[in-house]
Amino acid sequence: MKKFLKNFLFSTMIITTFCVTVSCSGRQNKNVNNSMTDNNEHEKTIKEDNLSGHLTMAGSTSMEKLANIMAEAFMEKYPNVTVSTEFIGSSAGIEQVIAGTVDIGNASRNLKESEKEAGAVENIVAIDGIAIIVDKENTVNDLTKDQIIGIFTGKIKNWSELGGKDQPIVVIGRESGSGTRGAFEEILGIEDQCKYANEINSTGGVMAKVVTTPGAIGYVSIDILDDTVNAVKIEGIDATADNIAKGKYILSRPFVMATAGEISKQNEIVRTFFEFLTSEEGKRLIESIGLIPAE
Amino acid sequence: MNNSFSVIDNNQSKEKIERTANIIFAICAFFAVFAVFSISVYMIISGIPALYEVGIKEILFGTLWQPNAEVPSYGILYVILTSVVGTLMAVLISVPIGVGTAIFLAYAAPKPLVSIVKPAIELLAAIPSVIYGLIGIIILNPLMYKIELILFADTPDHQYTGGSNLLSAVIVLAVMILPTVINISESALKSVPEKFADASLALGATRIQTIFKVILPSAKSGIVTAIVLGVGRAVGEAMAITMVAGNNANLPLPFNSVRFLTTAVVAEMSYATDTHKRVLYTIGLILFAFIMIINLILNKVMKKGLKSGTKNSL
Repeated sequence: MKKFLKNFLFSTMIITTFCVTVSCSGRQNKNVNNSMTDNNEHEKTIKEDNLSGHLTMAGSTSMEKLANIMAEAFMEKYPNVTVSTEFIGSSAGIEQVIAGTVDIGNASRNLKESEKEAGAVENIVAIDGIAIIVDKENTVNDLTKDQIIGIFTGKIKNWSELGGKDQPIVVIGRESGSGTRGAFEEILGIEDQCKYANEINSTGGVMAKVVTTPGAIGYVSIDILDDTVNAVKIEGIDATADNIAKGKYILSRPFVMATAGEISKQNEIVRTFFEFLTSEEGKRLIESIGLIPAE
Repeated sequence: MNNSFSVIDNNQSKEKIERTANIIFAICAFFAVFAVFSISVYMIISGIPALYEVGIKEILFGTLWQPNAEVPSYGILYVILTSVVGTLMAVLISVPIGVGTAIFLAYAAPKPLVSIVKPAIELLAAIPSVIYGLIGIIILNPLMYKIELILFADTPDHQYTGGSNLLSAVIVLAVMILPTVINISESALKSVPEKFADASLALGATRIQTIFKVILPSAKSGIVTAIVLGVGRAVGEAMAITMVAGNNANLPLPFNSVRFLTTAVVAEMSYATDTHKRVLYTIGLILFAFIMIINLILNKVMKKGLKSGTKNSL
């Protein structure tokens, strides 16, 4: 028995080490939560009690951050309202809002014609942008959509094929399950076809790898871009919030909170929720998680 | 003071202290057991469902890791192989160096040199793994990338990893387990009775002959313990190799970007949902099983070592 326990003790030590690292990798999310509660502290003074009831939403996993931050801030402001959020995928979310089982269906894409015909109304609440980054030394600064697809699916392997230096392309991506990866592959229509040389589990990690690796290419949210890397133009368009807002830059996608019928026809809670989303406070929250508020 | 000077009273209070101390120590001991027990139960409960859901064969022998595809597949064969191959390679590099260092420290080194080498090794053991990872990224990866560029200049099909590959991870692991191997081998070598070496030298054997034919065989079980402990540390390491291995589930070839069991869990836990998350727990369970097996081997070896040790001293 003693030896059995000794075994166990040693195993625990090792297991703990990796548990700790798991919790470290989750830290990014926690930071967002922290900044969120800070905002909430600030708003406690203007709580409103007259609204009460339930608000349900379901849909895109990429919108998890947005939905949760909004839900929590809204519940803080209106303490008698409970907001429940589910993340079941864009299409499933829209199906549910059409069927009337939820108030809001979240989709990280534009609604399809068939969905609009079935009664779903597209309310774009935020826009998400993704920048393609290369290292500073790279001479290529403009790529077409097809070239990007070629690079990330492994058909184009050397920068000389794109008019750059004769050096191999090192394709850096995010881990499976990442919202950025999902969006990037979805917009270019290359889901599960990407051949990554490295899968890195944080945006900062992708930046660091691209900075230190000559010939590397990767993708990150545009809000963390800085001058340690070059952001590539796509079809001649710079990756800026302005170009994304104007709809010129292709690597962007709308975050839609769909309702069954116009917002004005919804119940009071849903109407208040959308008012909150478009208020200065709501826009600030949207920007705080790296998204562009919709006009 | 005078009041308390009674033999009986004193004895009673002593008894009390003894008993309280006993209880406190028992609680401490129970805490560790409780932690280990609950972790084991938790790992088994959360790791088993995915095995049924996806299928044991699909998980253990599948080679495609695409947890978020339209038709998801959760094959971790390459991941398991990477952990096995990576650990073996690290041990293969680390053990000769480690045992060599131990022999040097125990038999060959002049005293002043020992006082430099010993603290250096202890310091190596104390460096946090994230530092190993950082140094790997800054120094090892660019170096590996240069080698990669030369080696694969004529192989257009090769996918360039930017130096984040199995070899980088193996080198980092090898350095990390070096202190374990050195320290335990050294104490094993030192515990070989002096008369063995004396007898061997008296019979006319050279120092090298004595070390390799007499001392090393006598310290065998201690060295095996060192190796197994090194394997244990290498299998469980996550932080450093996450940073240098590239994290793509590929066949473990030296210049491929690879994913270990530990890094598979670390990399995807934060975003995983549903089946994906449950499969990650299953990977954790497999890792847990690996470490259990290593511990069982360790126990066997140590038991044997104890027996042969007593035989030696007779």
